[in-house]
Amino acid sequence: MRILIGQGSCGIASGAKKTAAEFAKLAQSQDLQLDIRPTGCIGICYLEPIVDVLDDAGVRTRYVKVGPAEAAEIFEKHILGGKPVKALEIPTEGKAFLDAQTRIGLKNCGLIDPEDISDYIARGGYEALRKALFSMTPDEIIDEIVKSGLRGRGGGGFPTGRKWMQVRRQAEPVRYIVCNGDEGDPGAFMDRSIMEGDPHRMLEGMAIAGVATGAREAYIYVRAEYPLAVHRLETAIAQAEKAGCLGRNILGSGYDFSIRINLGAGAFVCGEGSALTASIEGNRGMPRVKPPRTVEQGLFDKPTVLNNVETFAHVAEIISGGAAGYRKFGPEKSPGTKAFALTGNVCNTGLIEVPMGTTLREIIFNIGGGVRNGKKFKAVQIGGPSGGCLTEKHLDMSLDFDSLTAAGAMIGSGGLVVMDEDTCMVGIARFFMNFTQHESCGKCVPCREGTHVMLEILDDIVSGRGTPDQIDTLLELADTISETALCGLGKTAASPIVSTIREFRDEYVAHVVDRRCPAKSCSGLKRIEIIPDKCKGCSKCQRVCPVGAISGKLKEPFVIDPQKCIKCRVCIDACSFFKAIREE
Amino acid sequence: MQPSVNPGDCACGCTKPSDFSELDLILAEYKTVPGSLITILQKTQSLYGYLSREAIAHIAHATGITQAKIYGVATFYTQFRLKPIGKNLIMLCQGTACHVSGSKAIEEAITKEIGISDGETTPDGLFTLNNVACLGCCSLAPVMMIQSEGTDETYGKLTKDSVKEILQSIRDRDRDREVKQ
Repeated sequence: MRILIGQGSCGIASGAKKTAAEFAKLAQSQDLQLDIRPTGCIGICYLEPIVDVLDDAGVRTRYVKVGPAEAAEIFEKHILGGKPVKALEIPTEGKAFLDAQTRIGLKNCGLIDPEDISDYIARGGYEALRKALFSMTPDEIIDEIVKSGLRGRGGGGFPTGRKWMQVRRQAEPVRYIVCNGDEGDPGAFMDRSIMEGDPHRMLEGMAIAGVATGAREAYIYVRAEYPLAVHRLETAIAQAEKAGCLGRNILGSGYDFSIRINLGAGAFVCGEGSALTASIEGNRGMPRVKPPRTVEQGLFDKPTVLNNVETFAHVAEIISGGAAGYRKFGPEKSPGTKAFALTGNVCNTGLIEVPMGTTLREIIFNIGGGVRNGKKFKAVQIGGPSGGCLTEKHLDMSLDFDSLTAAGAMIGSGGLVVMDEDTCMVGIARFFMNFTQHESCGKCVPCREGTHVMLEILDDIVSGRGTPDQIDTLLELADTISETALCGLGKTAASPIVSTIREFRDEYVAHVVDRRCPAKSCSGLKRIEIIPDKCKGCSKCQRVCPVGAISGKLKEPFVIDPQKCIKCRVCIDACSFFKAIREE
Repeated sequence: MQPSVNPGDCACGCTKPSDFSELDLILAEYKTVPGSLITILQKTQSLYGYLSREAIAHIAHATGITQAKIYGVATFYTQFRLKPIGKNLIMLCQGTACHVSGSKAIEEAITKEIGISDGETTPDGLFTLNNVACLGCCSLAPVMMIQSEGTDETYGKLTKDSVKEILQSIRDRDRDREVKQ
């Protein structure tokens, strides 16, 4: 009997290690041989820790929210008694969450032990690499990728096949493959899940890219904030080398291909191609002027294929199943599937993979189960700090590279942060601008100074010092910066501002004209008031107010002078008995 | 490249060779590999907790990379610290999902509990608080990771109360250890 316990970062944070320890302890106490394995993230994060029990006939029973107590029950009734515990099994809506998906990149995540290569090989792993090495020429491999229409999943959406072809055509014989695992988008974690849950799939994709383009060395650039992903990748590379799938003379073909891991050191801008290669070279991760492009002069000035984790995870499927099979999913110009990280104020948070072209309504309301706590849907932020927000009217739009660009957003790496009516859109724009300003590398003036000025203006607006003309100043700055900045980070820095102003201009107006935050979330715009009906005129608030903003006659309702009030809330605490003071 | 350094000869001012004996092992492994400055700095930091002036001078001396360039790299990336940190490093996630789920209130709760804000260390050297970019556990937002003695523990679905409990339990744990020692 085999027990698989979901131990991605999120599973571990939900207590999966304790659950695993409990099973091990129970098995030992009964002297029972149990095959207890970790697995990656299946994506239903809100139901973690998740435990799969596979009996000897291969029947899988999936349990959710398994703590030590539940583990004991499952052990006694199912493992010893042979009867599944119905009450702890995955609920129907959890099943529906999985059934509504089409998985290519995440195919094995949550089903196999990522620390054991034989699990991956048992599910057809490294067969695509074998096919690429022995029954296809490099041109045929590239041709298949071109035909599949695979586009970069990291955000840009550049056709992968074309990129590979350009590298193959270079005269320089030394080429490199680089995998971008520097998933910096706040709100996206699909790359982490693949690296933690199915590392070999991505390594296989990289090896195929190497065979196709004639590269013999590859680098994976991973964020240092993902220690588990780094550990699993190191294990996977060591095992693949031992099994002859990587390293010298791969699969006996005579071709050498080795992969090294480089740890990022925390700089969002390193997601940009030329900054990433600069960082691998040990320099400050600052983008350079292009051309020459990365395919011509990338890492160590050699032709370089740079793709992200998810893109490489799709390669093996295309090679083994053929381009036509891959094209069955998604619209003509954006074929295949895409993983989305569904987070924010949504009922079912987690990682999903659906065909390109699926609508937002399907993702948020069907798979995601709608907005949390019965609140009203307001917007969804897609593509992180480079993307934009989509609203009610975009719910039925097809989610693919081109329709999103047309709607002024971008797919980015696929983070979907759902926001309910209590989220202030100006606050969100400020949040992203704060992020981008912080991450600006400082090389080009438009981004370095422009993001700074835009952040100052947004700070004014959310703290109640804004003026109406600042809205247009923001748009004007946004225009200039996107025209003149050096790299993608700067060019898209203003996207969240532009899209929130376009969709929610009235909220900006409320902030600067009425000095009011409609979502009641900007603390700078909150007002502290005394409710006249409840005030008994005891003067306690007046005595504690540090700035003398409260005045009145004893036994009559007191009033707060909003000009003097510093919103320290001391009066609210002082009036805890009558509760006559509120914050609006 | 410099051969092994005699006591008193090193430009970093160290007086005995053992000052950086562990760092020397790292340098021996990486100083000839092109482009490994970031790796060297990462390993140095995990060894000493931060990048001291002396360590940077020593790396410069051993690798031939100028101190100016090392400082350029070290100050560019958020991971590197030029000052020592507390025993427990609190990394509070400031990603989008955490922001929407109220990470600001969590930060306030931490500040209230241990009296430090972003980038500061408590006077007793027990905690350092750092606001970090997304930790990638968005479905558990708000999230923090606490690094202590080489282990990383992630805490999810934080509330003002749970943060207080977590910090208290770490404080108790460390105090117990001290008593035992």
